[in-house]
Amino acid sequence: MAKVNLEREPMPRQDPRSRGKNFAEVALGYRPEQAKAEASRCLQCPKRPCVGGCPVGIDIPDFIEALRNDDMPEALRILKNKNSLPGICGRVCPQETQCEAVCVLAKKEAPVAIGRLERYVADWERANQQSVDSSPAPSEPSGKRVAVVGSGPAGLAVAADLAKLGHGVTLFEALHVAGGVLMYGIPEFRLPKAIVQAEVNYVTSLGVELKLDSVIGKIDTVDELLNDGYDAVFLATGAGLPMFLNIPGENLNGIYSANEFLTRVNLMEAYRFPEYDTPVKVGKRVAVIGGGNVAMDSARCALRLGAEEVYIIYRRSEAEMPARREEVENAKEEGIQFRLLTNPKQFLGNEQDWVVGMECYQMELAEPDESGRRRPVIKPGSEFVIDVDVVIVALGTTPNPLIAATTEGLETTRQGTVVADEAAGKTVKPKVWAGGDIVTGAATVISAMGAGKRAAASIDAYLKELA
Amino acid sequence: MYKILLRQDLVPNVRLFKIAAPDVAKKAQAGQFVIIRLDEKGERIPLTIADWDAKEGSVTIVFMEVGTTTHRLARLKSGDSIANFVGPLGLPTHIEKFGTVVCVAGGFAVATIMPIARAMRDKGNKVIAIMGARNKNLIFWEDELRRVSDQLIVTTDDGSYARKGLVTEPLRELLEGHERIDRVIAIGPSIMMKFSAKTTQPFGVKTIVSLNPIMVDGTGMCGCCRVSVGGVTRFACMDGPDFDGHQVDWDLLFARQRTYLDEEKRSLEQCQSQHVVSSQIKVRG
Ligand SMILES: Cc1cc2nc3c(=O)[nH]c(=O)nc-3n(C[C@H](O)[C@H](O)[C@H](O)COP(=O)(O)OP(=O)(O)OC[C@H]3O[C@@H](n4cnc5c(N)ncnc54)[C@H](O)[C@@H]3O)c2cc1C
Ligand SMILES: Cc1cc2nc3c(=O)[nH]c(=O)nc-3n(C[C@H](O)[C@H](O)[C@H](O)COP(=O)(O)OP(=O)(O)OC[C@H]3O[C@@H](n4cnc5c(N)ncnc54)[C@H](O)[C@@H]3O)c2cc1C
Ligand code: SF4
Ligand code: SF4
Ligand code: FES
Repeated sequence: MAKVNLEREPMPRQDPRSRGKNFAEVALGYRPEQAKAEASRCLQCPKRPCVGGCPVGIDIPDFIEALRNDDMPEALRILKNKNSLPGICGRVCPQETQCEAVCVLAKKEAPVAIGRLERYVADWERANQQSVDSSPAPSEPSGKRVAVVGSGPAGLAVAADLAKLGHGVTLFEALHVAGGVLMYGIPEFRLPKAIVQAEVNYVTSLGVELKLDSVIGKIDTVDELLNDGYDAVFLATGAGLPMFLNIPGENLNGIYSANEFLTRVNLMEAYRFPEYDTPVKVGKRVAVIGGGNVAMDSARCALRLGAEEVYIIYRRSEAEMPARREEVENAKEEGIQFRLLTNPKQFLGNEQDWVVGMECYQMELAEPDESGRRRPVIKPGSEFVIDVDVVIVALGTTPNPLIAATTEGLETTRQGTVVADEAAGKTVKPKVWAGGDIVTGAATVISAMGAGKRAAASIDAYLKELA
Repeated sequence: MYKILLRQDLVPNVRLFKIAAPDVAKKAQAGQFVIIRLDEKGERIPLTIADWDAKEGSVTIVFMEVGTTTHRLARLKSGDSIANFVGPLGLPTHIEKFGTVVCVAGGFAVATIMPIARAMRDKGNKVIAIMGARNKNLIFWEDELRRVSDQLIVTTDDGSYARKGLVTEPLRELLEGHERIDRVIAIGPSIMMKFSAKTTQPFGVKTIVSLNPIMVDGTGMCGCCRVSVGGVTRFACMDGPDFDGHQVDWDLLFARQRTYLDEEKRSLEQCQSQHVVSSQIKVRG
């Protein structure tokens, strides 16, 4: 047996000094020889543990083998068989806690770079204008109609699968572009918008009717959709309602929710102001509160807009940070400063009601809480002030209550998520399915997409019974 | 794209556009608003629904030219289109038979209060309307508002037409008078809403105002529109825009409206200079 190679192929990246000033993609993607070298590291384990680590069960060793054999169409076919958004997941999946975490080489701290290989194959598809579709040729029109509410990864996945099965699909989106968090949240330098729009175009090319500017609950309600000739409804409205700290001074000028800040920058392209009309406050000293992906994205956007000092304010230590390791490393390399074990007490403003400072507590870690992470507690008398002129609150989001409030007979939890069964996405309300962040709370792109695919199968079975 | 079916210049800086938007028209109610975006580079801005016609599939907006978006909008004519038009957003105004309702409109808000006055009257209320403008040249829809109210009082700040003074003066007289006033709705510039609420407070008459913080999405996703009412933070786009004027933290609203003063100025300067250049090119060409 050949010697096991423990040298993970590094990802070529933009230089940290220049990339902190532009919005171009940071990770540049493998060159062909790198992809081949990385693919050769896969041991083709008979037990295939990696497959179980992927929420949608991609046949990982098989696509890697095809890549190694230079059979790119085959590699792509295998990927697309389970994952309709490989170019997106290859870039943003938390691989280190999913597929790569259970790769046998993870024990040696050198798991096969599955995500990077996935991205490589997807980028090959785009560069070569290839379209390899694993599903059977589009079915005969079934005459059935499905309304999908929300066009993030869950909505796109369900719409694509149902359209391929011959059902008439209308995709309703509240905003002026489709893609959900992939467009308004995750920044260009991590996920180029052209890649998301290519996926959206693919979905509409299947015959899905996309209706933008359409807030369900304000135009038609879910019940009206069902009465107006839709045979089923899939709810994929995500978790878009920002949480705030509810501490004094939080409504001062210069304090943003991460959603607002990222929407202004990514969706409204405020980084091109005044060529684009939407402004965003470019701070000199920016504090981002939170330790997840959203906090990292906000901090790195603030830096690129021209902030001099950018702090991540997080109340636990680095080990508890929920953000992807890679993004934490990227942020550090770019010069983001981490103020750990720190929690805001209140915001301080000037006479014009602009935020000028943030009074914080120093924290320490006590015994683990129900999440299994060590609980942060305040160090008495530890208050100190950090000077800031922009603050971005990235504490997480919960589902927007609009759909639940306007739909009779849905079951919701105390956190505002909609109850749906895990296997099929069926809610307690007849003819209504749900999936993605609206069911799980803020989660991941691949889990939202997987929920969409499972629901599509369940909806299809239901529609066939109707016929 | 949403087509402009009709354009009317009401007064020098206030325009009316009727826009084809059947989904919005089908569901619109008094007090709700839309968010529009002109084109790829445009900002999303909120405008109140001034009128709608479900049969025709049209929605009417009335706006004052203040900054980049409203100036750019004002350059469009009938037959042109705008990229995005979302609504109806916000909660409708609470309409009920209260008894006597006073509707106070400042400036261009005559248009935004019209559907509310009409709905109040249709519910069987006696409607007393007060409309105020800076001067005679800025008065419009006087007859229209008179038609949907039982009594109309007009004021101008400089006395160039009708009664001289601010809208709060006849409002106070009504409250001091012998007739019982059951509810006041005040819509207009923030400062005018604040003083209308201050005027009614000693009389204990519930006063509804329509708040206009800066917004982005208008669907509860960003929190840009947060206002403080009764000490609680609310999102104006979801929980409003109507709130109890006696409970509003006005200073916070004023402060947050000033967030982008510098940027708005820069943006407008650029927008106007580009416009001058492009119209000169057109003339030469
Ligand atoms: C800044 C940020 C960074 C992230 N980074 C990562 C990452 O690196 N890796 C990862 O895996 N995950 C990441 N996530 C999480 C991931 O993006 C989400 O879990 C995923 O997008 C959820 O998909 P969804 O389809 O359920 O909902 P969303 O993507 O939220 O889409 C919901 C859509 O529904 C629309 N909508 C809402 N209400 C209505 C209505 N009433 N009518 C019509 N339309 C409506 C919304 O406008 C939106 O477009 C990140 C999230 C954020 C915010
Ligand atoms: C629910 C709601 C309903 C509204 N209805 C109407 C309407 O029917 N007709 C109308 O003319 N206007 C209305 N407004 C105000 C309108 O949205 C603003 O005038 C518009 O956003 C200005 O955009 P701009 O790019 O032209 O100017 P900007 O350059 O953005 O601003 C120029 C000036 O207007 C002020 N301003 C900015 N945003 C707002 C705002 N949201 N509210 C008030 N002042 C603002 C700024 O402080 C500045 O002084 C409404 C606002 C809200 C929130
Ligand atoms: S979709 Fe995500 S979890 Fe699955 S193989 Fe690809 S990178 Fe790994
Ligand atoms: S576990 Fe790792 S080495 Fe084994 S087949 Fe999967 S990717 Fe290859
Ligand atoms: S405008 Fe974004 S939450 Fe109200």
